[in-house]
Amino acid sequence: MEQHAIESTFLFGRLTLEKLPLHVPIVLGTFIVVAIIGLAILVAITYFKLWGYLWREWLTSVDHKRIGIMYMILGLIMFLRGFADAVMMRLQQVWAFNGSEGYLPAEHYDQIFTAHGTIMIFFVAMPFVTGLMNFVVPLQIGARDVSFPFLNNFSFWMTVGGAILVMISLFVGEFARTGWLAFPPLSGVVASPDEGVDYYIWGLQVAGIGTTLSGINLVVTILKMRCPGMILMRMPVFTWTALCTNVLIVATFPVLTATLVLLSLDRYLGMNFFTNELGGNPMLYINLIWIWGHPEVYILVLPCFGIYSEVVSTFCGKRLFGYNSMVYATICITILSYLVWLHHFFTMGSGASVNSFFGIATMIISIPTGAKIFNWLFTMYKGRIRYELPMMWSLAFMLTFVIGGMTGVMLAVPPADFIVHNSLFLVAHFHNVIIGGVVYGIFAGINYWWPKAFGFRMNQFWGYVSFWCWVVGFWLAFMPLYVMGLMGVTRRLRVFDDPSLQIWFVIAGLGAAVIAVGILALILQILTSIRDREKLRDLTGDPWDGRTLEWATSSPPPAYNFAFTPVVHEIDAWQDMKEHGYKRPLTGFKPIHMPKNTGAGIILAGISVALGFALVWHIWWLAALSFPAIIATVIWHSFDYERDFYIPETTITETEEARTKALSNAV
Amino acid sequence: MPNLRQIVPAFLLLTLAGCGSEVLAPGGDVAAKTRDVLGITTALILVIILPVMVAIVWFAIRYRAGSKQAEAEYDPSFHHSVQLELLIWAAPLVIIIWLGALTWVSTHKLDPYRPLDSETRGVSEGAAPLVVQVVSMDWKWLFIYPEYGIATVNDLAAPLDRPIRFELTSTEVMNAFYVPTLAGMIYTMPGMQTQLHAVINEAGDYKGMSSHYSGAGFSGMHFPFHGYSQADFDAWIEKARNSGQVLDRDAFRELLKPSENEPAAFYALADEALYHDILNRCVEPNQICMDAMMTAEHSARMGHAAVDFGAPTAAMVAAFSAANGIDMTLAANLMSDLCIPPEPAGKTAADELHWGEGGAVRVSAEAAPAALTTN
Amino acid sequence: MSAEILTEPTGERLYHPAEEPHFPEGHSTPLGFWIYLMSDCLIFAILFATYGVLGHRYGGGPGPKELFELPLVALNTTMLLISSITYGFAMLHMHQGDQKGTLRWLGITACFGLAFLCIELYEFTHLIGIGAGPGRSAFLSAFFTLVGTHGLHVTFGLIWLAVMVVQVRKFGLTIANQRRLNCLSLFWHFLDVIWIGVFTFVYLMGMI
Repeated sequence: MEQHAIESTFLFGRLTLEKLPLHVPIVLGTFIVVAIIGLAILVAITYFKLWGYLWREWLTSVDHKRIGIMYMILGLIMFLRGFADAVMMRLQQVWAFNGSEGYLPAEHYDQIFTAHGTIMIFFVAMPFVTGLMNFVVPLQIGARDVSFPFLNNFSFWMTVGGAILVMISLFVGEFARTGWLAFPPLSGVVASPDEGVDYYIWGLQVAGIGTTLSGINLVVTILKMRCPGMILMRMPVFTWTALCTNVLIVATFPVLTATLVLLSLDRYLGMNFFTNELGGNPMLYINLIWIWGHPEVYILVLPCFGIYSEVVSTFCGKRLFGYNSMVYATICITILSYLVWLHHFFTMGSGASVNSFFGIATMIISIPTGAKIFNWLFTMYKGRIRYELPMMWSLAFMLTFVIGGMTGVMLAVPPADFIVHNSLFLVAHFHNVIIGGVVYGIFAGINYWWPKAFGFRMNQFWGYVSFWCWVVGFWLAFMPLYVMGLMGVTRRLRVFDDPSLQIWFVIAGLGAAVIAVGILALILQILTSIRDREKLRDLTGDPWDGRTLEWATSSPPPAYNFAFTPVVHEIDAWQDMKEHGYKRPLTGFKPIHMPKNTGAGIILAGISVALGFALVWHIWWLAALSFPAIIATVIWHSFDYERDFYIPETTITETEEARTKALSNAV
Repeated sequence: MPNLRQIVPAFLLLTLAGCGSEVLAPGGDVAAKTRDVLGITTALILVIILPVMVAIVWFAIRYRAGSKQAEAEYDPSFHHSVQLELLIWAAPLVIIIWLGALTWVSTHKLDPYRPLDSETRGVSEGAAPLVVQVVSMDWKWLFIYPEYGIATVNDLAAPLDRPIRFELTSTEVMNAFYVPTLAGMIYTMPGMQTQLHAVINEAGDYKGMSSHYSGAGFSGMHFPFHGYSQADFDAWIEKARNSGQVLDRDAFRELLKPSENEPAAFYALADEALYHDILNRCVEPNQICMDAMMTAEHSARMGHAAVDFGAPTAAMVAAFSAANGIDMTLAANLMSDLCIPPEPAGKTAADELHWGEGGAVRVSAEAAPAALTTN
Repeated sequence: MSAEILTEPTGERLYHPAEEPHFPEGHSTPLGFWIYLMSDCLIFAILFATYGVLGHRYGGGPGPKELFELPLVALNTTMLLISSITYGFAMLHMHQGDQKGTLRWLGITACFGLAFLCIELYEFTHLIGIGAGPGRSAFLSAFFTLVGTHGLHVTFGLIWLAVMVVQVRKFGLTIANQRRLNCLSLFWHFLDVIWIGVFTFVYLMGMI
């Protein structure tokens, strides 16, 4: 393994002009488009003099609702990037037949599928899910904010920081070419000496810190900030799933952090954890990363199960069937998700008993998951189902997810896994559960809580277009992958020599095109909703006849969420209040204690990005400056003891009187 | 369920008829049995999935707002029922118990490490297996037939009805060896050995490939697998022997250079120890074999001769310079003053069960890091 | 907080408490900090597990018996354990509202912590000097990373301690500062517990 030392200068480290992709037309074109859009946004913000507003009201905000919305925006932007990667892969795989190499060389194609996986999991699904939890959970438990509002802001900006590092890799140097989990030895310094894996490592490390802290924050919030009467077994199911998810985050993201630290020690300091030499063991990495990686799947899907529970019960006009079953099923899944990681590599050749153990443990997860499906089913039974968009997404989820569950159990039987592992069948399976489970859930959640966040409903027409495009496009795009998997076609292939496969890839490509229309429709749905906001306005704060506490306050909720803290007597607290003729108090408001905004979070994350960039390119002086700068900023921030203030009574009275007026107009 | 056993694969076959799927219509009995497991699993899950899907659609239509049933039967107080909840936990449980039993039995029967017995079609009791040593390289496959003294690159063949034992390793990065018509896939990992037992029953030319992404040349890492009659197989062996090319260390070094879409090549094997040395990462004369190193460590741990870790600073320099892209193996080379004769790799019963460390000295089952390497 | 209390005698349900529940700043900090410590504990768990897997893979290099000097490590351990006790004294003084005493004991704790770090650094430089650096073998990589991560935590603990000394001097033993000292106390004792694991699992068991 002869290797050439990589040139390095003091000022720029390994960064040279050649590292800019001026010679790759696709990347250059993308860069120009992104730069023009970026510039246009910056100019617009300056022209409309929005910088001050943005800084004061959003970027430095510690309001959980605003942070939640910013998470959603981050998720949406990164979704476009991740989907563009998907389209490029589909195009390459349609193209590269009959001796053609396609249009992407290996070093580009390999980056694309790595970036697609990394971005979709870490910077699309995670922000979406975290955003919804951030926005909804404090409202559902009748709290005014999360336990650690500054930490919340900091977590968000660290997630953005990670996303920025990954995005920089598109235009400065390159991203990893290792697949989204960066298995060594391929990701080791021998096989991947370039900056790609370093971008991967530091992007995930920066974002991972944010995720861990946000997990701690939400666990504590749910445990400590519930309003009077909301015992654990009266919490809305979404809050329950959020609790379990955040427990999982706290219990697994440190594993990811530690694993990536070990990989970077191998790469930077010549250590031998995962090398082939001097006693290193790459298989250790695969075990460790999946100890994080498998629970990660449940981190994404559990909150979506919560969303479906809220949506199904609201739109069936019934309390969720088997609330206790649902809660215990969630807890079962949380625990079991920790005991199945080895099913991702049965083919490593562990003994039959080990494989059987993990296979059976995996199947056992399908019992609580099955119970959940039945619970939703029996919630519909004897219900009065209103087919609004969130309900439609939930129904599509139920029908799609059971198929994904079935193929999942097929993969859980070790001998069966031996013939479909690493094939397109596997790819189809996890897209089936992630799109069918997570993405549909996020769309259901967006459509469901949008009126709460902004005070007007979403446009229905484009919502329907988006829905049908997704549902049809999904099956078109992934059924061929199931079929090809059963024909023995491997994932991550760039070029094909069997011409009979091409037709399947063409169908899959068409599916991707239909999904693209679905995404376009989603964007149009958002834009037209904003345009027609007066027409779609909801003054009641409870447009769906909701059942949980978030619908008890105005839309959008005031900064303090609830003028008076609610008291809970039943599951579905708001439904209970409505049934008992609850009257909103109109007088007697008192000042409310709230946290102050702070810029420390965004500053810290900014320096972290600089540190990550410096480490990626071996720019040691910058690293040596930025690391102490982070510590200094933390210390500086710790000297700020005045982090809260009182919203005066007059402000609250004004806000609440406006709401009283709005409510009387709405009736 | 003998009927299921036939119906399900037949159903799957029909669905994909004409697609030429070697996964669903394999030419070897191990793959066929594996396919049956997949089929039975599918059928068992469908038992519960299909009614659920029907019920979802049925309820979704029946209870839509405004329909007669929804208005008549609407019952918001129906949110709990002990019997129903028992049922919804019990029904999946029953299926999973069945599936779990199937999993336990089939995983043990189809364990790739388990030598084939006469239960396998075409295999007679006590038949000596054909040993094929497989090495995945950047980005090609090296197959060594020690019994016949030949080696090939990207071309694999086996005689009909003779059990094959693959012993697999890799040079630098991980791959997975997959011949769908023979058996499931298995990883190939540097410094470690995995095993796979299979047989081919029907003559023909089949596909073989790497099914674990391994870098730029991954797409081209496929090879034909020939199921030959004994006569054809002998002719194929002869062809390799008489190819005029010889596989020795120099030829191997030549192969080590990364290359893509490598055409098939045939060699007479001139170096019996080559596979052992690849597995133990000591192809170069100045490298110490991992098995030798571990023997030394083991005896040192047991309190015998103290290990001389001489020239350490140089080793450090090498290891650190590796981070900056200089020869990694230097570090190992510097240990060449460690004088312990290499021991031949002992093939013990533990080998059959243990995936790790290949022919290197075995860590006994108790001492193995059970939690993480899951032996 | 049962629902019954919140029902009026007439049987009507009350939907707002008579008095707003008050969440003073930092009321959930102890729980949050505990959970953070548990997540940190998990990082150490992974490092311990890694050491467990790789700890006997010497790559032809030296093993623990050739490298570890137990008396030095015992001294090191003593330093850290004593620093835990002295931190305890600081907390006792804090509870009595004795700012001077608190500061004095914090200073003594810092000295012991610093001594621990110096001995560890000496050990590391010694090992690297004789060629048993972290790149030498998987065992040494795992050793340096596990022990070094603990050392890094102690370093951050010391920086935090220094900041606390400044803050207590400047602002006194305010509620906020007491809370912070409590958290640092948890952190410091946590590092002690981890070190006992390191001492047992790495050093003592390495000598067997």
